[in-house]
Amino acid sequence: MSQELLTLTTNGLYCAAGDFYIDPWRSVHKAIITHAHSDHAKAGHGAYLCHHLTKPLLKVRLGDFAYESIEWNQPVTLNGVKVSLHPAGHVIGSSQVRVEYNGEIACVSGDYKTTDDGLSGLFEPVSCHTFITESTFALPVYQWELQEIQYRKVQDWILANQAQGFNSVLFAYSLGKAQRMATAVAPITNNIFLHGSAAAIHEALQKAGVSLPNIKKAGQQTEKGELKNTVIIAPASTMGTHWLKKFEPYRTAVCSGWMQVRGQAKRNPADTGFAISDHADWNGLLAAIKATNAQKVLATHGFTSVLSRYLNEIGIEAEELEYVN
Amino acid sequence: MNAFVTLIIALGKTNSINAKQALLAEYFSSANDQDKLWTIALFTGKKPKRTLPAALLKKWCAAYCQIPEWLFNESYHTVGDLAETIALLLPAKGEEMTASSASLSDIIEQLSDLSSQSDEEKKAFILQQWQQLDRNACFVFNKLITGGFRIGISQSMIYNALAKAIQKSAGEIAYLFSGKWHPTAVSFKELLSKENAVNENSKPYPFYLAYPLENSLIDNDNPDDWIAEWKWDGIRGQCIKRNQQHFIWSRGEELITEQFPELHELLLQLPDGTVVDGEILCANPTSNTIEPLPFALLQKRITRKRLNTQILQEAPAIFVAYDLLEWNQEDIRQKPIIERQRILSELTNTIKSPHFKCSTPILFENWEQLRNIRNQSRENSTEGLMLKRKTSTYQSGRKKGDWWKWKVDPFTIDGVLIYAQKGHGRRSNLYTDYTFAVKDGDKLISFTKAYSGLTDAEFKEVDAFVKKNALEKFGPVRTVKPELVFEIAFEGISESKRHKAGIALRFPRMKRLRKDKSVEDINTLSDLKQLLLQHGKTYPL
Ligand SMILES: [Zn+2]
Ligand SMILES: [Zn+2]
Repeated sequence: MSQELLTLTTNGLYCAAGDFYIDPWRSVHKAIITHAHSDHAKAGHGAYLCHHLTKPLLKVRLGDFAYESIEWNQPVTLNGVKVSLHPAGHVIGSSQVRVEYNGEIACVSGDYKTTDDGLSGLFEPVSCHTFITESTFALPVYQWELQEIQYRKVQDWILANQAQGFNSVLFAYSLGKAQRMATAVAPITNNIFLHGSAAAIHEALQKAGVSLPNIKKAGQQTEKGELKNTVIIAPASTMGTHWLKKFEPYRTAVCSGWMQVRGQAKRNPADTGFAISDHADWNGLLAAIKATNAQKVLATHGFTSVLSRYLNEIGIEAEELEYVN
Repeated sequence: MNAFVTLIIALGKTNSINAKQALLAEYFSSANDQDKLWTIALFTGKKPKRTLPAALLKKWCAAYCQIPEWLFNESYHTVGDLAETIALLLPAKGEEMTASSASLSDIIEQLSDLSSQSDEEKKAFILQQWQQLDRNACFVFNKLITGGFRIGISQSMIYNALAKAIQKSAGEIAYLFSGKWHPTAVSFKELLSKENAVNENSKPYPFYLAYPLENSLIDNDNPDDWIAEWKWDGIRGQCIKRNQQHFIWSRGEELITEQFPELHELLLQLPDGTVVDGEILCANPTSNTIEPLPFALLQKRITRKRLNTQILQEAPAIFVAYDLLEWNQEDIRQKPIIERQRILSELTNTIKSPHFKCSTPILFENWEQLRNIRNQSRENSTEGLMLKRKTSTYQSGRKKGDWWKWKVDPFTIDGVLIYAQKGHGRRSNLYTDYTFAVKDGDKLISFTKAYSGLTDAEFKEVDAFVKKNALEKFGPVRTVKPELVFEIAFEGISESKRHKAGIALRFPRMKRLRKDKSVEDINTLSDLKQLLLQHGKTYPL
């Protein structure tokens, strides 16, 4: 059965037939990496396999290791197991991992979203027997607005801030959300400052040939007068730190799917929140799962119990895949 | 309703008091009178008539969204608010705001008209609105049904904002809006008219409320400048006699004259143009001292629609006067309390009713002595002491400086966490609602729930513990390994058949996490029974 094709070990998800791991959290000899977010890509593995655009990101984030990269839909064989990557639409370079052995097919989604953000590639449903899906936002209260509307709201907010003499700080993950937000605001300003960590990723991607808007690096040498009418994109960890001081006066916003629920949005100390996510919403998850025609779905990473119970009730066999960190 | 929706959403997005006030003022300057009135009513806790039970809304929403009931409940649990849950579950719509031409008061009226209609008609109306309104409008619409706009706005903010929009001072507005009124019975103009202010005999003054004393505050004060009184645990109220009519108002600004017929005799004896502030208690009127009966009895009386002789005998009421606010038709709130109380004691001598008592000052020489007196609060069935500066005027609302409440320390018991459930509102993603147990022989028995008292960091820590140590799931409830010990503080204890341990606590909360203690060290059921014997109010809750 496919469950033996992939098993959960203390190092992470393991393919015994091919002798490799997918997104392992402890050092292993061979790892396939879905994408460069830190909960999926750890340093110290003996060998890495990932998508072409994930490789430069791993280099920036983890340093030098033995990286090998491939294109989507170009299968390789590892110890007789056929492995291929497929767009996951989550962040640039993010991929689902399809594994085939003895006619048995499993697919590991990694993180994904089903709508096209214009940067990360369009999610591709993979037919498989077993689908291991994320479930970060697997509750029907999470239904995202169209990207076009989301972006317009961000733009309106920035323009209103400018009219009142405020800079706009967008808190966003350095990988994924920061590139999207830069793209979102580019139509209304060319005065975009990126925090160092996001800037490093931005430049690595530009060097790899990804077309992204030009940005300024917010280093120490930035002159005070230069900082009027700017948009600053920075990780949430800079909230309230000295680093942000030079941009005063400013207003702040968090860009995250969690902002969908009022109570959660209120808990965040920023001035406002935009429910913009790189994960699939409830309908996205269900559509993606149904499109795989999988006989068995394993849910990880989020509202696992809700998703698996619901899938079972609508006739799709599902279970929670409990990761023990 | 669009302007009101915009207001609600904008208020929810800012924490600044000034910004909120500016938003309100802007809204008041353009809203029609009836909408202004409803807005004030909603923000001060006056609800429209409830015509739809939550259960029906849940059912219709789940059916419309084609999700099972448990999934609706999971969603509700994460979101923490029924109105918002429904708004988020309904299929997302395009961005075009439906330009609903109906005003806020129109919508409220339509909702109230539903009461005479069949469930099918109600459902048709609600579904039509749900399909029409965008997400924000839907949220506000649902809130109008479920009630309770909690948006961090005080009455004074509303009155200040309204003062900017109409030609009246905030103080005047506060006076005109105090007391009992409802948008269905009075218009905005009527409420604000001068004649109304004069003719409206019944209006109480805004109550002056005290903050808890921070211990160090009075140490440098001269004890001679202060009056100390017992803080009775009843219903704060004002007795009003004007134009030969009498009224009793509760602090919640409800007219409760009819609930206390035994006080009418003393009301009749009050001279015209008198307002007395005090506390309503259940106690034996023939006793010279004040010996309150359990608070639960008073509660029972208040909730009864009809009073029979049995309950009037079982739980007779008395009025303990604290202060005199109006005398000879004159508002005397600006006189020092020492003067007001002097007149009050003269008044007391003229009243011939066993149901009227006057609060007597506690004599003390120094703070140390008063501290010792405070320690007897429980024996005297009081909540502690009130401290009032002798020169203090009677202010409006909760103010610091001149009046303090100095409550007795709470009871505490050590219990172990056994069940956890996710919180509501801003804590909706954390396990913050806990059930605690004490030892009963070698078993554990649950004795109370508690939701508050920890810092955000501590809640996070406990949340992580729950996630790691969950033994079983019952719907949203997690059974956890009995390991974390908490000190639970509470204000009172009484017998209860409804609770497993046979006791009910008043205002339980977590005082601290006792990492130094293990489940071996927690209190026992017999410790609780002992407390019940000593301090319990044996009347069933
Ligand atoms: Zn990710
Ligand atoms: Zn992830």
